[in-house]
This record gives sequence, structure tokens and C-alpha cells, in this order.
Amino acid sequence: MREPPLPPLLDARQRAGLGIFLAAALILVPALHLVFPPGHVLHVSTYTVTLLGKIMCYAIVAVAMDLIWGYGGILSLGHGLFFALGGYAFGMYLMRQIGRDGSYRSELPDFMVFLDWKDLPWYWAGSEHFLWAAALSIAAPALAAFVFGYFAFRSRIKGVYFSIITQALTYAAMLLFFRNETGFGGNNGFTDFKRVLGYPITSPETRLALFGVTAGALALSFLFVRWLVNSKYGRVLTAIRDAESRAMFIGYDPLWFKLFAWTVSATLCGVAGALYVPQVGIINPSEMSVANSIEIAVWVAVGGRGTLIGPIAGAFAVNLAKSWFTVSFPEYWLFFLGLLFIVVTLRLPRGLAGLWRAPRRKDAPPEAEP
Amino acid sequence: MSVRDVLRGIIGIELDENDPFGRPARRRTLDISHNVILYLEDITVSFDGFKALNKLNLTIDAGELRCIIGPNGAGKTTMMDVVTGKTRPDSGTAFFGQSIDLASLTEAQIAHAGVGRKFQKPTVFERHSAFGNLELAMTADKRALPSLVARLRDEERDRIADTLRLIGLGGEADRPAGLLSHGQKQWLEIGMLLMQDPRLLLLDEPVAGMTDDETMRTAELFVSLAGKHSLVVVEHDMAFIEALGGRITVLHEGAVLAEGDLAAVQNDPRVIEVYLGR
Ligand SMILES: Nc1ncnc2c1ncn2[C@@H]1O[C@H](COP(=O)(O)OP(=O)(O)O)[C@@H](O)[C@H]1O
Ligand SMILES: [Mg+2]
Repeated sequence: MREPPLPPLLDARQRAGLGIFLAAALILVPALHLVFPPGHVLHVSTYTVTLLGKIMCYAIVAVAMDLIWGYGGILSLGHGLFFALGGYAFGMYLMRQIGRDGSYRSELPDFMVFLDWKDLPWYWAGSEHFLWAAALSIAAPALAAFVFGYFAFRSRIKGVYFSIITQALTYAAMLLFFRNETGFGGNNGFTDFKRVLGYPITSPETRLALFGVTAGALALSFLFVRWLVNSKYGRVLTAIRDAESRAMFIGYDPLWFKLFAWTVSATLCGVAGALYVPQVGIINPSEMSVANSIEIAVWVAVGGRGTLIGPIAGAFAVNLAKSWFTVSFPEYWLFFLGLLFIVVTLRLPRGLAGLWRAPRRKDAPPEAEP
Repeated sequence: MSVRDVLRGIIGIELDENDPFGRPARRRTLDISHNVILYLEDITVSFDGFKALNKLNLTIDAGELRCIIGPNGAGKTTMMDVVTGKTRPDSGTAFFGQSIDLASLTEAQIAHAGVGRKFQKPTVFERHSAFGNLELAMTADKRALPSLVARLRDEERDRIADTLRLIGLGGEADRPAGLLSHGQKQWLEIGMLLMQDPRLLLLDEPVAGMTDDETMRTAELFVSLAGKHSLVVVEHDMAFIEALGGRITVLHEGAVLAEGDLAAVQNDPRVIEVYLGR
């Protein structure tokens, strides 16, 4: 039996774009950072490397959010939780890598000594192993999302109710992580990391390695989600988004389609969180704040929902603007963010992606319900 | 959350509820040995005390083409909601064939068992092409994970193309369904039903918004489907009902008022009173 060829995952232009991105991230930035001394016009500073690495983590989150919101029509206001769970899981390993170099010269993390704990809590077992921590940073958000999603989608919670519940869940988790007794460093979280895999965490080589791994993870996340949404699974997911009962009455059970996208999305956030913590050097409960999760939705809305590449651009644009604002006019950032959101919603319903795509054809299908 | 639910969703294995070893279930088979495909017995549905269906009894024979008429609010759409699992009755039993208890199944499971439905308001996937709409409706493994790797086979492509021609959309295969005319959307939704290959088709006002010519072609199509499929058609258009030529059930205030051929129903004094009396 002859099978017709699958359409390629990326067209020629997109392949070129991906190639340029990887070349810049894996060769150009490292070369400019290492070869030229600080002060030279071509030098890429440590600050810039860290900033770009951090934004690439956010871009992974934006891809994850686009899968569930753009293609699944489910607005999560709790993706900060999954990001933080991944970050905390990997942060446990980074805390263990400090060894006896902390202020109290103890095997235990400083905050535990401060609390007068004598042993690690049971859930810290194995956290000294890199692979265990890496696996946990994927499994913890995946499991949390699966269990929550199973009950929420089975109860057919939808729309704004779902968004509010995700927000409440994240807020509850933040309160939990603020408590010292929870065993994750209370409101200070984890910081003062020294090493990762034995290498000094602030050395240029380590930074560039983390930067490169993050770029690779972003490229893979993009390709994976693109493959998902182009598959029949993805077409059913958008069909459920647009006409859920029609999809049910032709035999699709929305529960499992939503749950799969939701869990994949949370898992990608966990990966992003795990890559974020060693580069930024801190994780604390503020990652689970209400504003953080809303900002994720703003990146995706600004970039253009349901385009994948748009949300990546949105994450870069908004966060570059944010890093400039927070240095120059810190008090105006939230006003600017709100203004940006309003302008995009009113003037650019298809986001940044709408700018560089061909203008809407007159016979294009109607947009999805917001 | 049971192991069975997890297995069903994640690895796509349907386990038999009654099998102590949890072995995969056989496909639900439709038993029409008594030549009846649908039994509704004493079905009552109330919305805030108002009885949309009031001890409704309805039996549809295998291969039959049945028309349901009745004034607005008689409960016709609610009856279809009960059969397809959208609304759960407060009391009464609904059986598909001899053995499938519709009350125990989800909407998707009822669809898999062989019940297809066209909504009163045409409902298609507006952002998907006409071809894509039929592709998603086509009988297939419709669980989440298997659909990740699903590929269209040549004969499936041909089947979709044939159905597109049958519903007069041969030239619109790649057109987003949202851009089709109202009548074309009605036809597309009928095409989606056909792709599901259901044993029982429930059609809620299928010719609303169609031209007279389209209406008559639809009647021809339905008549040709009867026999192999069973059809329940809700309509107001008397010319269409006459062209279908099947038995007619009149619903009124959530129960059956009269049943018989067109002439018998039209001459029934209770029917005349309901339609003309007020
Ligand atoms: N979800 C609902 N909530 C409250 N009342 C409903 C609901 N669905 C239907 N009804 C009421 O039930 C009655 C029967 O409705 P329906 O089955 O749609 O009638 P028909 O299709 O025969 O016109 C109507 O009076 C309608 O207002
Ligand atoms: Mg109706």
C-alpha cells in the first residue's frame, strides 16, 4: 500500500531560520563572549548571555502555553507553578552540589541548619544525583498537571472557571512554598549555588554550556510541539477547541486530548524551569506569583496565539522590553505591560506573527473564539 | 481515577468492566435480533421542574426511516440529547439495540457504538477544511495517543473524496468550512455523519435553510440510506416529510401524541387541535 508523503515539518524558510538561530546560539554568541575581551565592541557580556539564556527559558514556556491555549483553547493562569516545580526540583540538586561550602560548613543546605534540622527530609533523598533531579524536574510538573488536569477536565471545567482554578492552585502552592517547614527554603528559596556537575556555576564555560543546552531545548520544544499540532491529534485538539460537542458526538473524548496537551505543556515548563535556575542563580516562591503566570499569557497574546513562532517572538520582545524598563523606569513596567496588552488585543489580534505573515486573505476562516 | 481509566486514556487499551482479569474489551456489538434499534421507555427529563420529556415511549425499528414532528418546545431536540448522552434522563431507560444501555456510556462511547447526530444548528469545524471535517469524522481509532501517529490511507482518501462528491462539495475540498453557505454546512454535517458509518442517524431539522431543490435532494439521500441505516428525522417542512414517506411520530409536551403514516396523522383530531386549536 502506497502512503502519500507527509508534508515536511518545516518549509525551506523555517529550516533556514532554525539553522540561523542554532548557529547564533551555539557558535556566534559563545565566540563573541570568549574571544573578545570585556569592553571590546564585539564582546557579548556575561549579563547579555544570562539575559538571553533566561529569555530562551521563557520562550520554551511560551511554546508550552501556545500548545494549551493557542491550539487547545484552554487559558492556564498557573503555568508559573509548573515552571517553578521544575526549577525547585533541579534547584535541590544545585543545593546539594554546594556541599560543605555553605556558610555553616554543613552537608545540609544552610536554610535547614538555620531551622535546626538534623537530617534531610525524605523528599530530598536522591537529590544529590544529577539524573534524579533532572528526571524529577520533568516528573513533578507532569504528575501535578496530570492529576489536576484529570479531575478538572473530567468535571468539564472550562473557560474562565478553569483559568481561575489554575490561578488559585498556583497561589496555594506559593503559600505552601513560602513556609519554612515545607523544606524548600521559605521565602528565600534556593540560591548561592556553587557548582553544577562539579563545574563552577559562574564560569564562562559553564554559562555558555547552559546557554547552548537551553537553545537546543528551545529548538526541540518548538519542533516537538509543531509535530504535535500538525498531527491528526493536533487537528482534533483544535476541533475540540472550536466545537467541543461536535467532536464528542463524532467519537472523540475531549478529556484525553486536553489532558495530553496539558501534561505535555506542563512538562515543557518544568524543563524550562530546570534550565532557568542554574543560569539565573535563584529560585523562590515569587515564581508562582499571580503576575508571573499572567505575564506568560501576555507573551503568547503579544506574539500571536496558535502560531508557535509568534509566542517565541513575544517572549523575546516583552522580556527585552522588561529588562530595559526595569533598569530605566522600573515603576512604569506594569503600566507598559498593560498598555501593550491592550494595544495588541485591539490593534493586532493575531499578534506579532500577524505582522510578518501575509495579510489575512478575505476568504480565510474565522478566528477561534478568544 | 481507576487503572482502567488511565489505561484507556494513556495507552489506549479499553478494558472490560466485567472481566476480573481486566482484559481488553470486545467492541460493543449492536444486537438487533428483535429488529429494534432504539428503545426509549418512560423517559422523563425535567429542567427546573419543567418536564421537557414526560414519560416518553418511542421504539425505532432497524432500517426504519422515522419522522418526528411537533410544535416548538415539544421535546424533539431533548429526545436526541438523551439518546446521544448529552442529557441524562431523570428516569426511564434508553437502549440501543437489545443490549447497549445508553445511560452507562459517555457521548464519545455512544458515537462509537454507532449513533450519529446532526445538530439543529449546523455545527462543523469552521477552521478545518471540508476535507478535514470529513477526515476527523471518519471511523478510525479515535483515542488521543493513537491519533498522534494516524496517517490517511489511500482508500480512506478515496472514501472522503467520494463523500465530498455525494454531498456536492467535490470542488470545495480545501475550503475552510466556516466559509461555506448555510446549506453547504448542513450537507457537510450530513457528510460527517456518513463518514462515521453509524447504524442510527439522528437528524435535527436537517433541511432548515436549504433551497427547495436542496431539500428534495436531501430527501432522496435519506431514502437511499434507509434500510442499511436507521434514521430519525426531526422536521417541520411537510413537503420534505412527504418525500421521505416514513412513519410519523407527533410529539407534544414531552410525550407521543400520535403515530402513523402521514394521512393518519394529518387526520388525527388531537394533532389538528395541537397545531390549529390555539
Ligand atoms: N438546557 C435546558 N434548560 C432548560 N430548559 C430547556 C433546556 N433544553 C430544553 N429546554 C426546554 O425544554 C423544552 C423542549 O425543548 P426542545 O427539546 O429543544 O424542543 P423542540 O426541539 O421540540 O423544539 C423547551 O420548552 C425548552 O425551553
Ligand atoms: Mg429543536
